[in-house]
Amino acid sequence: MSQSAPTREVARRVFATEFNDATFTFKESDDERAPVYSLLPTGESANRVFIVGTLTETEDVGEDSEYWRGRVVDPTGTFFVYAGQYQPEAASALRDLDTPSYVAIVGKPRAYETEDGTVNVSVRPESITEVTADVRDRWVVETAERTLERIQAFEDEGNEYAQRAKAEYDLPLSRYREAVIEALEDLDETEEAEQPA
Amino acid sequence: MSDIQQAAQELHEQFSDHLDITVDDVEARLDTLVSEYKVPLDEARRSVESHYLEEAGIERDDIGRGGNDTVHVEDVDEPEQWVDITAKVVDLWDPRSDSVAQVGLLGDPTGTIKFTKWAKSDLPELEEGKVYRFGNVVTDEYQGRYSVKLNSTTSIEELDEDIEVGDNAETVEGALVDIQSGSGLIKRCPEEDCTRVLQNGRCSEHGEVDGEFDLRIKGVLDDGNDVHETIFNAESTEELTGIGLEEAKQMAKDALDTTVVADEMREGVLGRYYRVSGPTLGRYVLANDIEELSAPSDAEAVLIKARSM
Repeated sequence: MSQSAPTREVARRVFATEFNDATFTFKESDDERAPVYSLLPTGESANRVFIVGTLTETEDVGEDSEYWRGRVVDPTGTFFVYAGQYQPEAASALRDLDTPSYVAIVGKPRAYETEDGTVNVSVRPESITEVTADVRDRWVVETAERTLERIQAFEDEGNEYAQRAKAEYDLPLSRYREAVIEALEDLDETEEAEQPA
Repeated sequence: MSDIQQAAQELHEQFSDHLDITVDDVEARLDTLVSEYKVPLDEARRSVESHYLEEAGIERDDIGRGGNDTVHVEDVDEPEQWVDITAKVVDLWDPRSDSVAQVGLLGDPTGTIKFTKWAKSDLPELEEGKVYRFGNVVTDEYQGRYSVKLNSTTSIEELDEDIEVGDNAETVEGALVDIQSGSGLIKRCPEEDCTRVLQNGRCSEHGEVDGEFDLRIKGVLDDGNDVHETIFNAESTEELTGIGLEEAKQMAKDALDTTVVADEMREGVLGRYYRVSGPTLGRYVLANDIEELSAPSDAEAVLIKARSM
């Protein structure tokens, strides 16, 4: 009876700019049911992400059955979130939530190739909940820290995912450092604006 | 050394405390089976082992495998390991069953762990507050919680020293990214000393029973680098979610469905950041203290770091 529980995948913190660049996906084994990872350009694998942002638009884009698309905006860009009949809780959250509102989403990265050959990246949510501005701000700072940690570890010896990122993407790391700065400055301004003169 | 000699030596080690036998005796028995009767070695080994078990009048589970690791309490993270451990008897509880001679808590600087001493093992009485070196105890696991069992092969040596016992308390923080199944309004087995959570009205030990309601959350805190599984008991679940047992029962009654409770809880807490501290039980942190984390305070420092890179 005592089987050891499978290790749960950590939810990576990643800004929209980097998430949407992560078009390369891979598996660690040949097993059909092996988990799919997206390769983050800052050199990390992501099987799960945690994002917090502003839900700005929701739309049922399904043809036969409900298929909800949400746009979730962070200081650097937009996450696309899709939930259908296999994510009933997330789909009903997208159906019911007002826009704009702050949402926290735990989900899996998905990449698919369109007919013209470009790869689109989206989030398949496990859960969507409405949160406060404080949670959003905390996420921005946390995601900034995690992103900087990945950038710092990028040149480390034996950083396997950084090696793969170098091979798969032709993207300068400065792009993500700038996104971090942009996000934090944006936070700073919001805070100043909220404070009474 | 041949395979037979190797096996003979290992078997001899297992039984040397119980039987007056030599390695040669064991080897001769193995050799007869393998060379004369063409029995494969592992089968021969099993057969010889059974023979000696019978001769010594002990159970297969009671013998060690020889060459144990000496471990600390916090290192016990796998069931059915034979280990040696030096620890203090922190607490003795009343045994619930006649088959148990003593049961309680052992502690060392890394934490505490439950121990069970079987009546049939016929071991010396342990005293609370004393430190012992236990040789050849076997680890066990129940619902992510580890324990050690003393058995008839266990050696117990009282040491003249004291140990500062750690409390395994841990503080973890992160976003609450999941509330796992088995959370919310649950039913536990009402049998005395059985608190197992019922699955479809059945206890895995006592079968179909009339369960007693309880509240619990098995949650996952994730900080982007690590995941920490935490358990909130009824009290801390109410503190976390604002939903108490009576309210939860009413919600379930109104909806004719107990799962509405966990759903409502998910809506209220998923995606928020918490800091939780309490003792650890296996891979779980028991949430005794809960703090919701609000707006960040270190944005400026992170910004300076980003600009300086």
